[in-house]
Amino acid sequence: MHPAYSVIFFTAASGAGYGLLALLSIGVATGWLPPDRTLGLTGLGLALTLITAGLLSSTAHLGRPSRAWRAFSQWRSSWLSREGVLAVATYVPAGILGLGWAILGRTDGVFALAAWLTVPLAIATVIATGMIYQSLATIRQWHQRLTTPVYLLLALATGGLLLIAILRLTTGQAGKIVLVVQAFLILAALIKWLYWRAIDRAPVLATPETATGLGRFGTVRQLEAPHSQANYVMREMGYSIGRKHALTLRYAVLWLLFGLPCLLIAQALWQGTFATIAVIAAVLLAALGVVIERWLFFAEAEHVVMTYYGAGTK
Amino acid sequence: MRGRCGAGNFAEIRDDHTMTTLPTPPTKKLGLVIDLDICVGCQACATSCKEWNSQGLTSAPLTDEDPYGDDPHGTWLNRVHTYEVGTGPAARTVHFPRSCLHCEDAPCVTVCPTGASYKRAEDGIVLVNPDTCIGCKLCSWACPYGAREYDYTDGVMKKCTLCVDRIYNENLAEVDRVPACVRACPTGARAFGDLGDPGSSVSKNVAARGGYDLMPEMGCRPTNKYLPPREKRATADPEPMPSLAEMAAGKAGLEKLFAWVDKVLS
Repeated sequence: MHPAYSVIFFTAASGAGYGLLALLSIGVATGWLPPDRTLGLTGLGLALTLITAGLLSSTAHLGRPSRAWRAFSQWRSSWLSREGVLAVATYVPAGILGLGWAILGRTDGVFALAAWLTVPLAIATVIATGMIYQSLATIRQWHQRLTTPVYLLLALATGGLLLIAILRLTTGQAGKIVLVVQAFLILAALIKWLYWRAIDRAPVLATPETATGLGRFGTVRQLEAPHSQANYVMREMGYSIGRKHALTLRYAVLWLLFGLPCLLIAQALWQGTFATIAVIAAVLLAALGVVIERWLFFAEAEHVVMTYYGAGTK
Repeated sequence: MRGRCGAGNFAEIRDDHTMTTLPTPPTKKLGLVIDLDICVGCQACATSCKEWNSQGLTSAPLTDEDPYGDDPHGTWLNRVHTYEVGTGPAARTVHFPRSCLHCEDAPCVTVCPTGASYKRAEDGIVLVNPDTCIGCKLCSWACPYGAREYDYTDGVMKKCTLCVDRIYNENLAEVDRVPACVRACPTGARAFGDLGDPGSSVSKNVAARGGYDLMPEMGCRPTNKYLPPREKRATADPEPMPSLAEMAAGKAGLEKLFAWVDKVLS
C-alpha cells in the first residue's frame, strides 16, 4: 500500500497526542499528577496541538478537503466516520479539563468528571483508527487481531514518553511514571514483534489462479496488462518500494522506538541535566522510530487486487 | 453545468438512502455476465465505457493525467487483462475484462464515511455520489477487485455505474438501454440483465455454463458472473487434408480436368 505522508504524520502525531491526553487525564483524576497550572497548560497544550495538527494533516490526503465535515455522518457502518466523531467528541471534555486545570488551577468536581470522560474517548479514538485498517479484509497484513492493539499501545507508549519529558521540564519529577512508561514500551515492543510474526505467517489471500477462477485450466500468468502505464490501483495498492529492507527497518524500529527510549528514560529516575537531555533524546528517537514503524506498516501491506496484475504468479 | 437526463438522474436516485449501511438484499439484481470463452480482448468495452462516462451525464468526465507525456494514466472503469492459462499444448489465452461487480455485501459501501458510496435498494447498483465524495480512497482499499479508480483531477472516486443513465433512459432507443460496454462488445461476450430473476436469460446462461463468482472467499457476494472458457477441442491428430486428386475421385467432368491441371502444374 502506498504510504501517504499525511496519514503517517496524522496517526503518529495524533496517536501520541491521544496517548498523552489519556495519561494526563488519568493522572489528574486519580491525583497522582498535581493540579499544577504550568503542567496542565504544557501537557494539555501539547496533547491538543499534536491531535489537532494530526487531524488537519489527515484532511490533506483527501481529494476534497472542504467536504471533510461530511465524514461525521456514517458512524453506523464506517470506522473512519467513527474515528472522526470520536476525535471531535474528545475535544469537549478535554476542553473543560483544560479550562479547569490550565486556567483555574482546579482538577476537582466537574473538572475531574471531564478528566474521567476524556480517558475513554481518547482511547476509543485510537481504537477507531486501528479498526479502519484492521477491518479491511483485502489486506492480510492489516486484517490482523493485533493491528489495533499495536496502535493503542504505541499511542500510550509515545504519549507516555512525552509525559515524562513534560514532567522533567515543568515539575522536575517523573518518579514512578517512568516505570509505567517502560512497561508500555516493553509491552508495545512485544505486541509489535508478535504482529510481525503473525503477518509473516499469514497465508496469501489469493493467487492468479483463484482470483481469476481459471486455476482449473492450469497455471495463470499475466500475458498483457490492460494498460501501458501504472494506473491508480497499481499506484495506490501496488506500492512495494523498500519491502526488501523490511527486516533492517524492523530492527531499527525495535531500537529507536522501544529499546533506546526505554533505557534513556531510566535516567529520569534521577536528577540532573544529563537526565533531561536523555529524556529529550528518547522522545526524538521514538518520533523517528514511530514514523518508520508507520511507513513500514503501509509498505509491507499487500492488497489482494494485485493478484490480477500478476502478484503471486508461479 | 452538468447535463441531467431523464430517469437516469442521480438527484432522483439519491433520496432513497440515509446511511452507507447496506439495504436488505434487493430482489432485482442488475449485473453483467462476462463470457471468457468469447471475449477477444479488443478493448471495445473499455473504450466505449470511457467515452460514455466522459460525457458528463452522471459525473465529471473520467480524466487523464499527463495524457501526452511520459507517464500517461487515467481513470477507467473497465480494464481488460490478458492471461496465459495452462502450459504446453493445453495452454490458452484468456482475455479477462474486470469492472465493478455490484456486490451484495459491498465492503466499499460500508467503509464510506460520508454516505457518498451507496447500494441502491431497488436494483442493487452500487454508485458514488460525486457531489458528496471527499476522496478519502478508503472504498478503493476495501474493494478486492480493483473496481474503483480515483480521479486525481476531480478529487473523487469513480466507478462503474452499470450505465444507470442509459438503462432506464427513455430518451434512448430501446436497443441502447444497456450498459455502453455491452452495447459495444462486437462478440457478444458481455450480457446485461437481472441476476436476481432465475428465469432471466442471463441467469439461465449462468446456470447452463457454470457461471462463477470472482474470489468468493472474500465474502462480497458479487452480482456479476463470469462464464468459464469451454473445454478445448482436441487438436492433437487432425485428419490429414485430402489431396485434390482424392477429392476429384468419384467426381466427373470439369472437376477432373481441374485436378489434372493442378497435378501438371504442381
